[in-house]
Amino acid sequence: MTAGGAAELDVELVRKDFPILERTVHDGRPLVYLDNAATAQKPRAVIDAMRDYYELHNANVHRGIHALAEEATALYEGARDKVAAFVNAPDRHEIVFTKNSSEALNLVTYAFSNAATQGEQAERFRLGPGDEVVVTEMEHHSNLVPWQMLCQRTGARLRWLGLTDEGRLDLGNLDEVINERTKVVSFVHQSNILGTVNPVAPIAARARQVGALVVLDGSQSVPHLPIDVTALDVDFLAFTGHKMCGPTGIGVLWGRRELLEVMPPFLGGGEMIELVTMEASTYAPPPHRFEAGTPMIAQAVGLGAAVDYLTGLAGGAGMAAVAAHEHRLTEYALARLAEVPGLQIIGPTGAVDRGGAISFLLSGADGRAIHPHDVGQVLDEQGIAVRVGHHCARPVCLRFGVPATTRASFHLYTTTSEIDALVEGLAGVRRFFQS
Amino acid sequence: MKLDSMYQEIILDHYRNPHHRGLREPYDAEVHHVNPTCGDEVTLRVRIVDGTVADVSYDSEGCSISQASASVMSDLVIGKSVEKALALEREFLTLMQSRGTVEPDEDVLEDAVAFAGVSKYPARVKCALLSWMAWKDATAQVVSGRAGAGGAGHAGGRPAPVPEQEKQPR
Ligand SMILES: Cc1ncc(COP(=O)(O)O)c(C=O)c1O
Repeated sequence: MTAGGAAELDVELVRKDFPILERTVHDGRPLVYLDNAATAQKPRAVIDAMRDYYELHNANVHRGIHALAEEATALYEGARDKVAAFVNAPDRHEIVFTKNSSEALNLVTYAFSNAATQGEQAERFRLGPGDEVVVTEMEHHSNLVPWQMLCQRTGARLRWLGLTDEGRLDLGNLDEVINERTKVVSFVHQSNILGTVNPVAPIAARARQVGALVVLDGSQSVPHLPIDVTALDVDFLAFTGHKMCGPTGIGVLWGRRELLEVMPPFLGGGEMIELVTMEASTYAPPPHRFEAGTPMIAQAVGLGAAVDYLTGLAGGAGMAAVAAHEHRLTEYALARLAEVPGLQIIGPTGAVDRGGAISFLLSGADGRAIHPHDVGQVLDEQGIAVRVGHHCARPVCLRFGVPATTRASFHLYTTTSEIDALVEGLAGVRRFFQS
Repeated sequence: MKLDSMYQEIILDHYRNPHHRGLREPYDAEVHHVNPTCGDEVTLRVRIVDGTVADVSYDSEGCSISQASASVMSDLVIGKSVEKALALEREFLTLMQSRGTVEPDEDVLEDAVAFAGVSKYPARVKCALLSWMAWKDATAQVVSGRAGAGGAGHAGGRPAPVPEQEKQPR
């Protein structure tokens, strides 16, 4: 337990906040929702906040002088304050609302390509032949494909850090992969497929040494760990509302203010401008420079409510309590899954520096692999929701020589009895496919 | 259990003992199709002689449904005229898109009727169709003369075409 001893999460109480957890599937089976890495369920507080917004306050933001417009603007900007506090951003202007993590990451990559047509000030975002971009082999496609596309557009070279057999980053050649040619390093904080929590400090330190910018994909870490951007020492952090009990349609790019101020915009339109003539325009300061058009107002309000909900858990212990609960679950699940015959975990088998997303392969009594699709289908029949496939991280599957995995992933409302149900369900899968 | 309607014994039999599996020479076209949502992949070769499907061979990774379907499909089309085989493909596609509302004709579809239950599971329809779409693509390449002679029909490194089933509304 961390110093100060965060109060424990009362998971039965927490579950009461999530209406969907009461439902059943397939003729009355209780739902065992273990697909939290794909998306999290929503507490009543979030659903209510969004309904209230539409029933009482709906208006466009930043463009009206009437009562509703002012209320809507206050709610939208209030959500920005909440999110800023949630990740300990020094300045509320450092929080840019996007559609999701993918858009947040694309916003950064397009800033790099748009730098070519901007003035001196965009120097740090200039990229061209001879320059290098570094990612890792465990990236979600959302933090890989945009960089591949950027390299295609600019002629820069894409490089990556590889993986160990345990599913951790291989930092053996860190100093070679990140070198004087490296302009930006972008990597995932917690892997959605392996569960690995990556060491940010040594990678960020090496990037600093060579003057490269550091982007962190926090899609799976912000929903599960206490995050303090000032302690992480990165330049950008992307995360997505729907995985942290907020609604879909809202994500966040946090960036250091001095960088956002010189970063070229991605999408043009209303709200992101300062002065417009027929010939040219100047842009608004951040964050509005990066929020063209009417934003996702209700969704921002919903995300603000999610942040309040998470922060208030366990008598204010908040994310520390969530992280402690999930750590216990992960330890328990790793131990229980180790008892399942024919099961092989892809990713770290210990709970240290590891989150609660556990990928595995399963084979039958005859030693033949049971395909994840078949595993998932038979589990679903028992009410157990898992994800199967390559989890938008196909290079990881290639690295481990597997076509797909089954993944169980936890969240604040997951219980040990749900993990027991999974273990029993897997025994059922093996029986079903017995020849 | 509802599951039994999907995992018919015929399907499990083909899955356990697949027919025509393993890539063979000679062939006129080779294609590689993937199911991006779940990671199923198939490399498939066809040999067409005088308008007849002389051979279909494949190598695949995937679930029981996609494996069994490749086996059943090869059984069905090998030895048929291209025309008849394409008609079978359409018949099977209709069945798979029926959401369980079509009563399949066993005289026509033979073992493939076992997939009727799969059509009730939208997420799995793609699995059942993967090898059929690969076969159709490879055959079309041969028929249209797009495949190179001597079996080098597939340009290396070219991204696989979007499989037909990916284009359908979910
Ligand atoms: C590690 C990681 N990065 C990025 C994403 C993309 O998030 P979104 O789909 O919300 O843009 C996800 C979620 O799927 C993820 O797990």
